[in-house]
Amino acid sequence: MSFKRFLALFLTRNKEFIRDRSSLSWNILMPVLVVAGFAFAFSGDIGKQFKVAVVNESVTNEQAKEFLKLKHIEFYSVKSTKSEITRSIEKVQRHQVDMLLNAKTNQYWINTESPSGYLVEKILLSLPNNNFEKQTVTGKHIRYIDWVIPGILSMNMMFSALFGVGFVIVRYRKNGMLKRLKATPITAFEYLSAQIASRIILIMVVTAFVFYGTNLFVNFVMNGSHFNLFLVFGLGALSMISLGLVIAARITSEETAGGMLNLFSWPMMFFSGVWFSLEGAAPIMQSIAEIFPLTHVTAAARAVMIDGAGLIDISYHLIILILQSATFLLFGAWFFKWD
Amino acid sequence: MAADLLQVKNLVKHYPNVKAVNGIDLNLKTGVCFGLLGPNGAGKTTTVEILEGINQASSGEILYKGQPLGEQFRNEAGIMFQSTALQDYITVHETLEMFARFYPQNSDIDNLILRCNLTEYLDQDNRQLSGGQRQRLLLAIALVNDPDIIFLDEPTTGLDPQARRNFWDLINDIKAEGKTIVLTTHYMDEAYSLCDEIAIMDHGKIIAQGTPKTLLAENFNDVVLQLPVKKLNNIDLSALTTHVKHEFIEITTCDVNGVISMLIENDISLSHLQIRPRTLDDLFLELTGKELRT
Repeated sequence: MSFKRFLALFLTRNKEFIRDRSSLSWNILMPVLVVAGFAFAFSGDIGKQFKVAVVNESVTNEQAKEFLKLKHIEFYSVKSTKSEITRSIEKVQRHQVDMLLNAKTNQYWINTESPSGYLVEKILLSLPNNNFEKQTVTGKHIRYIDWVIPGILSMNMMFSALFGVGFVIVRYRKNGMLKRLKATPITAFEYLSAQIASRIILIMVVTAFVFYGTNLFVNFVMNGSHFNLFLVFGLGALSMISLGLVIAARITSEETAGGMLNLFSWPMMFFSGVWFSLEGAAPIMQSIAEIFPLTHVTAAARAVMIDGAGLIDISYHLIILILQSATFLLFGAWFFKWD
Repeated sequence: MAADLLQVKNLVKHYPNVKAVNGIDLNLKTGVCFGLLGPNGAGKTTTVEILEGINQASSGEILYKGQPLGEQFRNEAGIMFQSTALQDYITVHETLEMFARFYPQNSDIDNLILRCNLTEYLDQDNRQLSGGQRQRLLLAIALVNDPDIIFLDEPTTGLDPQARRNFWDLINDIKAEGKTIVLTTHYMDEAYSLCDEIAIMDHGKIIAQGTPKTLLAENFNDVVLQLPVKKLNNIDLSALTTHVKHEFIEITTCDVNGVISMLIENDISLSHLQIRPRTLDDLFLELTGKELRT
């Protein structure tokens, strides 16, 4: 490994990316426009309906039964396990659910900072002969835009990683640039590591720009450490760039490369929990989503940004990303062909 | 006597259903400009790519300075492919600098820029170069590591006549420095003008090899007389070896006096008569039965 050769490739690739104004603008503008669109779309409470999570719905007592008959309140059932109840309480804290009701014990949880929770409580307590037991939680309102932003940042990173590395390598292979490099002392390892390093830095800079730029007008929630988020995105970028290398290792046609990259990116975009939670999805879908690097980046980034999770809390996702990166890198380097 | 720089022994390359290179032996001496000629599909590109270390031979041996092709060869070889894309958004100077950093030793970059006449285009994006400028940059890249051996694959294809001549001057300068050059070309005049030694390939084999003059002398002792077809007044030339080419009839003969006497006897005007010696084009046609380029 020659650092001089690595640096020459690295610097040239950076210049190439930065000077490609249309590509650079699109990398920055696309996520900003998506975030702006979502911020606008979800800025009002149009059609809002009260939402109540219910534990032990099947063994409801008489008082709770009356409450559950009420119209214009969305009731949904929650399993009576400790983890499910804890998760539902967290949703009450984030204002994602207005109330959690244990229909067997008549306990209910509301967020004292939630106007909707206040109104649902008033309705509940207006029932005759009620003896509901109040539990209170507090927490800032988590909007959909707060929830979706980690996913959008991760998704933008995915496209930049897959297409920015995969597509570029295939283009260079097709037009003979890689063949020319093969005729120099450059090794495949030096070439690929320069591509990876260049793209990681560019992705991180663009992601930081989008993160702070969108925060100026959306003011989204960031409860965790910026360092932890940086680590999550860094590992996520590495794993997805490595996946791009695997896809582009031997393809010689840009059309095939485009198809293959879409084949990987589209399922990840829809089934990695970027736009909607996978909690209610079929178990098989949840298992498949576990394979996608985007699932782990999104989940870890969301945990850091919304829950303020520490590295231990997200270690499962980080370990998966490290393992995926190592596997993809080894396979991509082994499978790589110059021409 | 110069030492062998590159030795090729019984080189063979198989592709599915095709034997592209079929047992080639070569010895290239230091400081020689060696031309490899052949019709399309003769196997010369495959041969050159194997010599460049880009392609793997099925069997055979290639020795550079007595050693198998390896790191030393990659450091000391300069290669100019016929069509190489250069990175977009990168300037000529940056491209040269990048390639220079790949090698442990370099030519003087400023001198290289002057020699290849790139001074005016140094800050120009690679995408904006004309065909000639681009070829000169590719040549400069091939020379950036001060190579001992330079491979030039059809370096003047697509250039206008003036740019071709300028390119020949550059190659002659390189030759004057004692560098070894391996040149593939479709242009016989180019091979004749630049090469000290040529090899003609067909069907994966070398069918003739030597200096251009030696090969012509070995294969021809005749000359070609050219006359416009319309000036011949339909005289009977069946006793002569003739060939019609672009409204001219070419009479190939060892007896120039006899042919001219016969033309005079038949009242044929000699005012448009041209006599030329045999060329590499003729040799190529003779040996391969295919015209390389018209």
